[in-house]
Amino acid sequence: MNEIKIIERDPLYVVSKSSVNPKTIRAGKLIVWSSFLLMVFIGLIQALYTFEKINFGFSNWRPLLYSYILWAIAIGYSRVLIYGERGKRNLFIFPAVMFIISIVIFPILFGLYISFSDWNLSSIDGRKFNGLDNFYQMIADPYYWNALKNMIYYILAVLVEFAIAFLLAILLNTQIRGRKFFRIAFLIPLMLSPVAVSWMVGKSMLEQRFGPVASFARWLGWETPTFFSNPEIARLTMMCMDAWTFIPLMIIMLLAGLQALPKEVLEAAKVDGANKWTMFKNIIFPIMLPVSLTTLVIRIIFKLKLADIIIIVTAGGPGGATDSVTSFIVREYRDRSNVGYGTLLSFVYLVIIIIFMTILIRFVSRWLQREA
Amino acid sequence: MKKDLPEKILIYGILILWTFICLFPIYWTATTSFKTAASVTQGLLIPWIDFEPAWKGWKNLGLSPDTIFTESNPREEFLARFFNTAIISSSASALAVILGSFAAYGLSRFNYKFGFMRNPDISFFFLSQLILPPVVLALPLLVLYRELDLLDTHIGMIMIYTLTVLPIVIWIMRDQFNAVPIELEEAALVDGASVWGSFFRVVFPIVLPGIASAFILCLILCWNEYFLAALITSTDAKTMPVMVASQISSQSIKWWNMAAISLALCFPLIVVAIFLERYIVKGMAAGAVKG
Repeated sequence: MNEIKIIERDPLYVVSKSSVNPKTIRAGKLIVWSSFLLMVFIGLIQALYTFEKINFGFSNWRPLLYSYILWAIAIGYSRVLIYGERGKRNLFIFPAVMFIISIVIFPILFGLYISFSDWNLSSIDGRKFNGLDNFYQMIADPYYWNALKNMIYYILAVLVEFAIAFLLAILLNTQIRGRKFFRIAFLIPLMLSPVAVSWMVGKSMLEQRFGPVASFARWLGWETPTFFSNPEIARLTMMCMDAWTFIPLMIIMLLAGLQALPKEVLEAAKVDGANKWTMFKNIIFPIMLPVSLTTLVIRIIFKLKLADIIIIVTAGGPGGATDSVTSFIVREYRDRSNVGYGTLLSFVYLVIIIIFMTILIRFVSRWLQREA
Repeated sequence: MKKDLPEKILIYGILILWTFICLFPIYWTATTSFKTAASVTQGLLIPWIDFEPAWKGWKNLGLSPDTIFTESNPREEFLARFFNTAIISSSASALAVILGSFAAYGLSRFNYKFGFMRNPDISFFFLSQLILPPVVLALPLLVLYRELDLLDTHIGMIMIYTLTVLPIVIWIMRDQFNAVPIELEEAALVDGASVWGSFFRVVFPIVLPGIASAFILCLILCWNEYFLAALITSTDAKTMPVMVASQISSQSIKWWNMAAISLALCFPLIVVAIFLERYIVKGMAAGAVKG
């Protein structure tokens, strides 16, 4: 009996010659291995030179980088030599994969190596292995836990931002005049660099004596408006500034979802006499759920990277009340210039993020319309 | 659709209020850059009525009418940073768009198998880079860059910026390519084009608007990036956000200077937003809808 073999067919099916000349296969393997050996050779020379076993070498590790790039190109070219037409197809994703591996996976492995060390970059001593010391130090570091706690507040603030963005998106989607003007105006905060926002809003408009917001607060009856001395208010201020920059992103994504709503359903509901609130609750919101969740997930991803405005406006103060994890790590690194401890902190953060995002995506993926 | 008046007033009221919230900081900064010390401390708002505008902030930057043709060190400095930012962000965006479009096209047209990884896994591998916070890479890369002599170079910055925007490009472009009917390429293949030939001659022109919006989004993100630039650059490749940030933290800086320089940092992107709004919105919306 003949076994039925399922051939996985590409969406774009290309008929091509399947046989490849054995000579070119050998050439392909040859260039990969020779460039690999060249890289190992250069790396070896440089390693010996760095550890002062030999007295000749390069002034830095850059030749190794060049030979690495050469090796990567050789691998790419050898795909074509060895696999022919199939290899050419691999070339579409090969550069991106190789790029990410070189600049993410490799530094992460290297980071694991330095996170168990006490390494002051400016001192001559170089790296000192100190085992789990950094880890114990982290456990006992109240400011790190405080920064993590702040991140929870910052992430919860996303829900409020979402509500505001949803309202504005719905209003933009109604029949209004000058919609293009409003869209551009709403988009502009997203265009501004966080650094500029830090000064424009954080340092100048919120200035206690003559900033317009402070004047406005005084006019409202708050006698001594200070935005950065009380921990709670300082954190709230940072949340507002961050919200101000990123609400446009959410508005645009939600607006795109609203514009894609099926018109017939809305018309039918209107004919059936549904009022605005029931329409929103029973029709718009459920249909918008996938878009809403995608928007929330993306916003949370950006929120997890929150740092710039905090570093510039408050530097984490007062007493760490506004610290995000990133801004805390940067301050740690600048104060103690210990790369090892900073790296360990960031890796712990990465692990927490991965766990959190996995749970979050698992939880919402039921309603998401697309994978990943 | 006909609406009653109170509702209309409410809708326009909220929209105008939010427009005010969005635009007031820019207005405030723009007017501050023309203020003198006295009008800054009084918090005056409207030029010509409250205070007499002067070219104060722009004069110190060397960009006011009477200083524009004279030697000016701050202007040299500013322009150097401006071009650094422009070179780094546009090269990084271009590189990301090239790498990302190829990868997205491959993923939408062919089935790959790398060990246990198949197309969905590879997609996930690319997109998961979005979650990676820059701080995780920052310190190891700082050490690696030091060894490779890439600290404070354009190349080093371009590489790391490319990485930060690459997942976004792949995300946007995958939808774009999925929307192109495969039959078009099949026709080209029948006519004797190669896989790469059909990509460049047939698919590429169709997705050009998508590529433009991905490029603009990348440009915005790279232009505004501060965190990594602050760690990696110091003099040669210093970008504008780093320069502005260092001015903010120095106490002696004058308000009108600061206002002028912040505005100069934002100005290019405000122009982009006004004229290319369509592409920006398209790029972001691609993430939200369609599957």
